[in-house]
Amino acid sequence: MAFSLMEGNEAIGWGAVAAGCNFFAGYPITPATTIYNTMLKLLPPNGGICLQGEDEIASIGFCLGASMAGMKVMTATSGPGISLYSEQISFAIGSEIPIVIVDVQRLGPSTGSATKGADGDVQFLQWGNSGGVPVIVLVPVDVKDCYELTVHAFNLAEQFRCPVFVAANKEVSMTRETFCMDELKLPPIVDRRKANSTDAFLPFGVSGDQMVPNFLPIGSDRLVRQTSSTHGANGYITTDPDEIAAMQARLEAKITRNVAAFSYFEEYCVPDAETLLIAYGVTARAARAAVEALKDSNRKASLLILKTLWPVSENLIRDKARNYKRVVMAEMNLGQYIRELERLLPDKEIGFLGQMNGELIKPKQIMELI
Amino acid sequence: MESLLNKSRPAVFCPGCSHDTILHALDKALLEMGHTGRDVVIVTDIGCSGLFDTFFNTHAFHGLHGRALTYATGIKMARPELKVIVTMGDGGLGIGGAHVLSACRRNLDLTLLVLNNFNYGMTGGQCSSTTPQEAVVGSGFLNRLEKPIDICQVAGAAGAALVSRISTYQKDLVARLKEALSFEGFSLLDIWGVCPGRYTRRNKLTSKTIDSKLEGLPELPDFKSRNFRTEYSKAYRQEAAKLDVPKSPLTIGPTCMPPQEDRQEIVVLGSAGQRVITAGELLCLAGAAAGCHATQKNDYPITVMKGHSVSEVILSDTKIEYTGIEDPSVIIALAPEGVSRRKAMLASLSPGSVVIRAVGVELPDCPATVIDVDFKAHKIKSQDQALAALAVLSRQNKVLTMEMLTAALNLRFDKKVFEAAMTVIKKMRDE
Repeated sequence: MAFSLMEGNEAIGWGAVAAGCNFFAGYPITPATTIYNTMLKLLPPNGGICLQGEDEIASIGFCLGASMAGMKVMTATSGPGISLYSEQISFAIGSEIPIVIVDVQRLGPSTGSATKGADGDVQFLQWGNSGGVPVIVLVPVDVKDCYELTVHAFNLAEQFRCPVFVAANKEVSMTRETFCMDELKLPPIVDRRKANSTDAFLPFGVSGDQMVPNFLPIGSDRLVRQTSSTHGANGYITTDPDEIAAMQARLEAKITRNVAAFSYFEEYCVPDAETLLIAYGVTARAARAAVEALKDSNRKASLLILKTLWPVSENLIRDKARNYKRVVMAEMNLGQYIRELERLLPDKEIGFLGQMNGELIKPKQIMELI
Repeated sequence: MESLLNKSRPAVFCPGCSHDTILHALDKALLEMGHTGRDVVIVTDIGCSGLFDTFFNTHAFHGLHGRALTYATGIKMARPELKVIVTMGDGGLGIGGAHVLSACRRNLDLTLLVLNNFNYGMTGGQCSSTTPQEAVVGSGFLNRLEKPIDICQVAGAAGAALVSRISTYQKDLVARLKEALSFEGFSLLDIWGVCPGRYTRRNKLTSKTIDSKLEGLPELPDFKSRNFRTEYSKAYRQEAAKLDVPKSPLTIGPTCMPPQEDRQEIVVLGSAGQRVITAGELLCLAGAAAGCHATQKNDYPITVMKGHSVSEVILSDTKIEYTGIEDPSVIIALAPEGVSRRKAMLASLSPGSVVIRAVGVELPDCPATVIDVDFKAHKIKSQDQALAALAVLSRQNKVLTMEMLTAALNLRFDKKVFEAAMTVIKKMRDE
């Protein structure tokens, strides 16, 4: 077995390039800066573009313009930058602009601790923009995931024409780790569906049971109209309540209806366990160690690792939890994703461990929780 | 040639609005330059100037307030062949000020038309970044307290080469638009006009008073010769063409055996400048060369060349789950800055563990075997001490062998640095 050694952020960069990313813009911020460094190394010599915006708002703005001109774009920041991205994220949602946004989470609130990890943005990524429409959020556990999930993130952004977040954590992104490149399971590359050349082009038009409009880049032979305003199929402002309602419903349904196709997860089933431990991100590593340590004891537990946090994989979670009496979760915040479990599993006994002190949750702490 | 204006969306502005005049002048300029809608994109933001993209039958991109230049930058970098025009009011100018300054500095081939009517028309005539102090606007007394910005002077100071100011009502508006549009680089046209819906209800402003105000302003410096340079996207591609294509990630196959196979935790405690992080990376590479999985977590402050530097490495024959340090088998203690960060860890070491300590570094009481190393006596400089400590470790038959270390150095360094590193290691091994 041959290993490569890199940190999570480098793997995100290599994964992006493998997915066809040819445009990156970002603003330096610990612990996301090494993604920008990696893209600066990888893109310009290969004909791609890497820019440093004057701030985060500009960086994501560059990406939105480039994406609508046909490029595959990515930006990366940490919590304070996501705050600044907010208005542009809602633009990408409402105007169906494909973009991958990496949030290398650090301990907050606010500027918080630049070099301490956390998973404190988990609800923020879903709800931290105007309009309340769903987004897709994927969460890597290790360096290999950083690579693979970034490829998936691009595919999903292209397929559904929406922002897709990779919610990393300083503890994955800035941890260097060996992994085997030959063992990467990479999906075929997906490109946004182009409008065919015969029909009249409606930038936001869908027909039949199609959920996502066909794409043409700005600058193509037929005129393309993009707008952040509430629009009809033709890309002009609309005030028609039925047209508005249909578009809002489609923006929601195109994401939530398909969640089963991208509910990434891993599971470790321990026979006769009565407790299911659910974890995500770097905490899933301590969870694996805890489950392994307890597997022959009378406190044994199975483990479900969620790699798609949003939209919530409701059926998957209900299904996996069905045979357990008790469901427990550990996460590096004060209790964010546990809300989703409580909502989905009202008949289960729920246990929770939250920690927000800049340190990893230890396997021992999880063993106590179990 | 056919007008580029949108037949399906005829322009609607308040009667007497200067924007209407500018809209038609822009259409005329584009026509005279031979453009069609397909090779033009109009990028706009919020406010009345944000209607331009709708009223033209070109590619259109309408976004958030003040951010039009950010989208335009991405579009132009992606499609350099397009004529990219940004319209913005004096509102967008204020809220997107950082983007205006950066566009001036960057010199990407965009044309920014500032439709300057001295107030926020759409939201009720509040003051903007260009409202005169004596004007009566919808912001009460607030505009009396702030000086208006002279965007042309600012843009020139920020590096824009083509900056010009004009009244909507000047005869040469079309010619000046064409001059800005045909300039290869960033161009900014500050176009003064009246907002009859809001501003001129309470303030006297006519084409004549605009003329006299413009005449009263000092002539703009020669920004063109001062700031002229290669256009950004062209310069970007020239620079990018000089770069070497990056190598694929290194793959490391096993070439030697580790002294132990189970999980081994190693912590290097030093200070900035001791190449502690490099030592951690070398341990990972050494582990990989012996077929081990490896992880490395580092801890250092924001300062460079000052403060602590800590690297935590785990090597294991099985996949590493938890990446925190639980029971280190080796600690390398090079400096008090690092030791002070991990006092509790040192105090709770297992009896079988080893501490390699630079003489003079104080340790808390710990049950580990302590190996003292006098780096100075070996003439090892501070920046080589972490590497030298690895050489010491390679003699303990613990975690690291000399074969592993040599393999790591080979993977990490070119020949010259490799030889310098081997010289350091030799000093320690020949003891």
